Amino acid sequence: MSRESDFYLRRLHSLLGVIPVGLFLTQHLVINHFATRGEEAFNNASNFMGSLPFVLFLEWFIIYIPLMFHAFYGVYIAFTAKNNVQRYGTFRNWMFMLQRVTGVFLVIFIAWHIYETRIQKALGAEVNFNMMEEILSNPFMLAFYIAGVLSATFHLANGLWSFAVTWGIAQSPRSQKIVSYITIAAFLVLSVIGIQALLAFV
Amino acid sequence: MTEQTTAVLEQQTAGKTVKFEIQRQDTPDSKPYMESFEIPYRPNMNVISALMEIRRNPVNAEGKKTTPVNWDMNCLEEVCGACSMVINGRPRQSCTALVDQLTQPIRLEPMRTFPVVRDLVVDREFMFDSLKRIKAWIPIDGTYDLGEGPRMPERKRQWAYELSKCMTCGVCLEACPNVNDKTNFIGPALLSQVRLFNSHPTGAMNKDERLETIMSDGGIGECGNSQNCVVACPKGIPLTTSIAAMNRATTVQMFKNFFGSDHMVD
Repeated sequence: MSRESDFYLRRLHSLLGVIPVGLFLTQHLVINHFATRGEEAFNNASNFMGSLPFVLFLEWFIIYIPLMFHAFYGVYIAFTAKNNVQRYGTFRNWMFMLQRVTGVFLVIFIAWHIYETRIQKALGAEVNFNMMEEILSNPFMLAFYIAGVLSATFHLANGLWSFAVTWGIAQSPRSQKIVSYITIAAFLVLSVIGIQALLAFV
Repeated sequence: MTEQTTAVLEQQTAGKTVKFEIQRQDTPDSKPYMESFEIPYRPNMNVISALMEIRRNPVNAEGKKTTPVNWDMNCLEEVCGACSMVINGRPRQSCTALVDQLTQPIRLEPMRTFPVVRDLVVDREFMFDSLKRIKAWIPIDGTYDLGEGPRMPERKRQWAYELSKCMTCGVCLEACPNVNDKTNFIGPALLSQVRLFNSHPTGAMNKDERLETIMSDGGIGECGNSQNCVVACPKGIPLTTSIAAMNRATTVQMFKNFFGSDHMVD
């Protein structure tokens, strides 16, 4: 099923995962963190982001289009792999499988998340602290959101590692190991930021 | 080992048997099935000598006469790659799979990444075709004597020798989650061969051609970095380092192709 252009599509997929999708995720989690400073701080930050000039253009070209390509081509990649962690239970092989599992889960989570927030906003609802408080008052949704945030931070951190390898930045085993440690740190930091913000709504 | 100690070992292990579970397949299209065997133990036997014993006396564990198990072999010293099969779940060479080091029953299966010809015999043609695709050779022929090529530094030669140990056995393709019937991925071994031939001072004169091949269908883009290949390789070839090196080389090549360059081979 592979095509001549797969090499370039794969490279584009790797690049878009970091710029802009990875950058957007980091920014999103950081803005969410305003929730730990209370309702007003969060609503102010949310209003600021929502009223940026050219906001529709920014949303489409920095978020939706790159995210959709990354998501749909990623699903194709995920389902062309034949996972074999039973045969090779190595760290990297587990990361390989988890990257695909979190990726597919994120397509579902993000679709739901966009429906619940951005599409509701387009239909007239107001996206603010209260809205998130209401959503997360349901323990099942809280668990779903925690799983979503952890999947996203994992997928980004591990994706940064494979970005470094895929573009030939980390080549020797030692450099790949060092990048592993850096990305594990990135995963931990982003996860703490993301979870703290979620718990601020509870 | 002296003849005397072998004789002693034979005496001590007389009556001992070895159990095998072998996945059989009569024709390329027929359904595979399992067959058990129990054969007399001999000291220091490997999987191949066990298969030879089954061939000598093709009787299965139920005592019924059966067809001899088919397998491929050639060098018997782990340099040709022909006898590769999946032994107790892991792809490896059967010549260096010593019975004393394996848990029983010893399970033998063909490497199903490749088309099965019969029993444990697979057709690795895909790899040989890929070697042709990537031009895994040093072109030295011309219409006149081209003379000596550039000199290769000795330390580089020693390093390249490690990459040249690849015997196209197919174990890394069997281990790779991205080599399967849904992709045309040529596999880790072949990407490392591109690095080997592109490192050679004469081979480097065509390095852009090899890079462009692995930037096309089934090339390096299909690698998903599970890094199973480097774990599986029986020759300890640094396959993932080769892949990362080729990732860097193809990144540069991609920009050269797009923007144009006067430095395609240097």
